[in-house]
Amino acid sequence: MEWETVIGLEIHAQLATKSKIFSGASTAYGAAPNTQACAVDLGLPGVLPVLNKDVVRMAVKFGLAIGAKVAPRSVFARKNYFYPDLPKGYQISQYELPVVEQGMLEIELEDGSTKNVGVTRAHLEEDAGKSMHEDFEGMSGIDLNRAGTPLLEIVSEPDLRSAKEAVAYMKKLHSLVRYLEICDGNMQEGSFRCDANVSVRPKGQKEFGTRAELKNLNSFRFVERAINIEVERQIDLLESGGTVVQETRLYDSVKNETRSMRTKEEANDYRYFPDPDLLPLDIEPAFIDQVRATLPELPDEKRRRFIDEYKLSVYDAGVLTSSREMADFFEAVVRESGGQAKMSANWVMGDFSGALNKDGLEIGDSPVTPTMLGQLLQRIADNTISGKIAKEVFEAMWNGEGMPDDIIEKRGLKQVTDTGAIEAMIDEVLAANPGQVEQYKGGKDKLLGFFVGQVMKLSKGKANPAQLNELLKKKLAE
Amino acid sequence: MYEKTLAELSAALRAGETSSVELTQTFLDRIERLNPDLNALITVTREQALADAKSADEMRAAGKAGPLTGIPLAHKDIFCTQGVRTSCGSRMLDNFIAPYNATVVEKLKAAGMVCVGKTNMDEFAMGSSNETSFYGPVRNPWDVQAVPGGSSGGSAAAVAARLVPVATGTDTGGSIRQPAALCGISGLKPTYGRVSRYGMIAFASSLDQGGPMGYSAEDLALMMNAMAGFDERDSTSVEREVPDYTADLGESLQGLKIGLPKEYFGEGLDSEVAKVVEAAVEEYRKLGAEVREISLPNTELAVPVYYVIAPAEASSNLSRYDGVRFGYRCENPVDLEDLYKRSRGEGFGPEVKRRIMVGTYALSAGYYDAYYLKAQQVRRMIRDDFTRALEEVDVIMGPTSPTVAFNLGERSDDPVQMYLSDVYTIAINLAGVPAMSIPAGFANGRPVGLQVIGNYFDEARLLNVGHQYQQVTDWHRRMPEQYA
Repeated sequence: MEWETVIGLEIHAQLATKSKIFSGASTAYGAAPNTQACAVDLGLPGVLPVLNKDVVRMAVKFGLAIGAKVAPRSVFARKNYFYPDLPKGYQISQYELPVVEQGMLEIELEDGSTKNVGVTRAHLEEDAGKSMHEDFEGMSGIDLNRAGTPLLEIVSEPDLRSAKEAVAYMKKLHSLVRYLEICDGNMQEGSFRCDANVSVRPKGQKEFGTRAELKNLNSFRFVERAINIEVERQIDLLESGGTVVQETRLYDSVKNETRSMRTKEEANDYRYFPDPDLLPLDIEPAFIDQVRATLPELPDEKRRRFIDEYKLSVYDAGVLTSSREMADFFEAVVRESGGQAKMSANWVMGDFSGALNKDGLEIGDSPVTPTMLGQLLQRIADNTISGKIAKEVFEAMWNGEGMPDDIIEKRGLKQVTDTGAIEAMIDEVLAANPGQVEQYKGGKDKLLGFFVGQVMKLSKGKANPAQLNELLKKKLAE
Repeated sequence: MYEKTLAELSAALRAGETSSVELTQTFLDRIERLNPDLNALITVTREQALADAKSADEMRAAGKAGPLTGIPLAHKDIFCTQGVRTSCGSRMLDNFIAPYNATVVEKLKAAGMVCVGKTNMDEFAMGSSNETSFYGPVRNPWDVQAVPGGSSGGSAAAVAARLVPVATGTDTGGSIRQPAALCGISGLKPTYGRVSRYGMIAFASSLDQGGPMGYSAEDLALMMNAMAGFDERDSTSVEREVPDYTADLGESLQGLKIGLPKEYFGEGLDSEVAKVVEAAVEEYRKLGAEVREISLPNTELAVPVYYVIAPAEASSNLSRYDGVRFGYRCENPVDLEDLYKRSRGEGFGPEVKRRIMVGTYALSAGYYDAYYLKAQQVRRMIRDDFTRALEEVDVIMGPTSPTVAFNLGERSDDPVQMYLSDVYTIAINLAGVPAMSIPAGFANGRPVGLQVIGNYFDEARLLNVGHQYQQVTDWHRRMPEQYA
C-alpha cells in the first residue's frame, strides 16, 4: 500500500527579552543555577505575575509577519500539573484565546516549487525550569533560571507531508524569528525547540491516522531523522496488522529511535482555566500599527528584491537571504565593491562562508569586513589582481594582515600588465620547451594550457591572464 | 491607653501624652498576659516592635510623624512579613520565613505603624470559625466558649480584646466582616482591586481582598488611607486615585438611600439578630436616611457559586505547596510521587484538602463547563443584582451573619452548615463591591454586626455611614468585661 505522511509542528521560540515574561529577573543564558530566579519565578507564597510588555510586542510582530490575525483580546490560562521544575504547580499559558491566529508561511521545496503552510496559532507562555538528574547521587537538582522565560509556541496546521517539508518549514520559521529579532534561534541553548505530530494514512484517504507526538527534537537533522524513523515505525506497525496508539514519544538521537513516554490515557488533565491573577490581554489597533511600522523587510520580500535588483539566481538569492546577517553583509559588500553583485554573491557564499564555517564563526565575528571584501572585489574588477591571487589576499585578510591594497602592495601581488614584460617571460618559456612548441605547432592545441601555466609560474601568478593568453597565441602563431 | 481608638491614640501621641514605645509596651504586656487563653496571635515580634516603636518616636521628634506613626498593629498571618514566619495558619508553612514584605505590610510600615505580631487564622483562610488553624482555635473574647468567626478570627479577637488597636485581615467570602461581627468590632472589605494582593498568600485570587479591622469606622478610614492604592506588582489592582477616606466622615446622612434586601431578612436569620439589625436601621432613619426594601434575587445562588469558584482557584493556587522548594516536606520520601502525596497529605488540614478536591473536580475535563463555567455565568448575574440595586439606593444594609458567634465545635463536623455562616457576605466578594461590618448591639450576650454594602470604590461613603452611626451609638466602644 502507498502511505502518506502527515506532520504538524509545534515550535517553541524563546523570545529575546531582557527580563522574564512575568517577572523582572534576567533571561540571560548560562548563569549559575538559581541565581536568576526571583521570588515570582520561585513561586513563593503571595507573589503575583505581571506581564512583560515587550513579550506582547514580539508576539504581535510575529503575527504581522505571517499575515495572521492578532487577537484584540487574548487570555492567559493556567495549565495545572505537578513537576519539580514547575514552581507554581501550573504553567501560565494561553489556551482558548491565543494572541495570534491563522497565519501562513511559504516554504520552498527541493524541486524549486513553493508550498503554503498554515499556522494555526501562536500563543505566549512561560517556560519551566530544568531538572538535573546527573550531578546528584540519588537526588535531583532543580535550576529555576529558565523558569518564567517567555516562549512563543507556534503551532502549524497538519500541512506538512514529509520530513524534508517539516525541516524546510522549521528552517523558514527559524530564519523569520531571527529576521524579526524576536528570538536568537540558538538551538543548542534551547531557544528554538520543536515537537512534531506525526501520523500516516493510506494515500487518498481523507481522515488522518492516529498521531504520535515526538519530543526533544533539538536540531534540524534530528527533526528529519526522527520523523523518518517514526513514519517507518508506524507503517511497519500498520502493515503488520497493528494499530498506532496516540502517545508522546521521545526521540533518542544516540540510538536513532523513538520510544514511548506516555500514552493518551496516562496524559495529565491540565484543568485549564483563566488565570485570575492576570487581566485579559487587550491589544489596541494603535499598538498593532506601531509594531507594524517596526517590521523589517521579510525574507521572502528580500529574496524577490535580490533576484530583481542584483540579477541573482533564485538559489543564490535564497542562500543569501537565509539570515538577515548574511543578507546585510552581502548588500554591504555589493556597495563597497562598487556594484559587483554577481561577484559579491560568489565570494560571500564561497570563500567567505567557507572561512566562517572552518573557524566556526558567526558573521558578526568575522575578521573580514564588507569594506575589506568590497575593496578586494574592486581590485579583481579593475585587473589589479587575478581571481586566483585574490584568494591569497583573502586568506591574508582573514589572518589579520589588513586591507587588500596594503596586502597587495606589501606582498607585491600586483598583476603584471606590461606587454613587454609578459612577452619576455613567454619567450623564456618557449625557449626552454622547444619540444612542446614543436608538438603544438604540429596541431596539439591542448598544450596552450601548459604554456600558460609555465608563464604564470614564472610570473608568480601575477601575469594578467587575458593578456597572457592573447600574447601567447600570437607568439605561437609566428 | 489600650481602650482608645486608633484616632485617639494618634491624638495622644501627637499631644505627647504617651510615646510609641510606651504604647507598644502596653499592648505587648497585654498580649503576654491575655493571649495564651485567646490564641489570637501566633507570633509576637516583641524586640522588633520595640525597635520600630523607638524609630517611630524618633520620627515624631524629627517632626516627620503622620497619623499612623507609632501605632501598634498586628498582621493576619496571611501577609508576608520579611524575616518573620508567615504560616497562613498551616502546618505546610509552619517553617516558612517570608523573604519579603507584602505591599500592605510595606505601606503600613512606611506610614510608621509598629507590627507587634501575626494573628491566627483559619488554614489558608478557609473557614468561618478559626477552627481549621494548625495553631488551634481562637477564643471569642466575649465568651471563650464561642468561636471568633473566621478566617480573620485572630485579628478580630485581638482587636476585640484590646491586644492591638487595629489589625489587618483578608476577606474572600466574608473573612473580615464575619469575624468583625462576631467579635463586636468594625471591619472593611474594600472593592476588589483597591488594596494590593501582592504578598498576601492567595486563597481564591479573584475574590481575595485585604482590609482593615479596628474599633471604629474612623480607624478603618485612617488605615485605608495608607493601605489602598495601585500596585504595579499586582495586575488586578486598579489604577485609580486614593481619596482621603477621613474627608467625608462628618457628612450628614440626610437623604441617604438605604436598601434592605428582602432576601437578607428571610429564613435562616436568627430573630434576635434581626431585631438588632432592625434597631440599627431605625437609628439611620433618625439620622435622616430613607429606607426601602430592595431585592437581590440571586442571593441564594451565591453560596453554591462561591463553593465552585473559590475551591477551583484554590486548588490551583495551593499547587505550589509541593514540598520541593519551601514549606513542609515529609520525612524520607521514597520517590517523587511519595514526596508529593505525603508532603501535601501531612501538611494540609482536612478543610483545605476538602476544598482542593472540590476545586480539582470542578476544573476537570468534562466537568469544567457544568461547574466552573456555569458558576462564572451565575457570578455575573449576582454582580448584576448589586449594580442594579445600587442604581436605586446609595448603600445596602443587612445582617453580616445570620447568627451570633456559635460555640466551638458546634459546626465543625458539618461543612455545609459552616458554609452557611457566610450566606450574607459571600455574594459581595463575587460582585467585587466593598462592604463593611460595624457593631450594632448584642443578641444573647454576643455581638451582632450590621453589614453596609456600597458601590464600587465607594468606600468613603461606607465609612461615612459607619462613622455617623458611631457618633450616636457606643456599640463599637463596648469591651468584653474580662478584657476591659
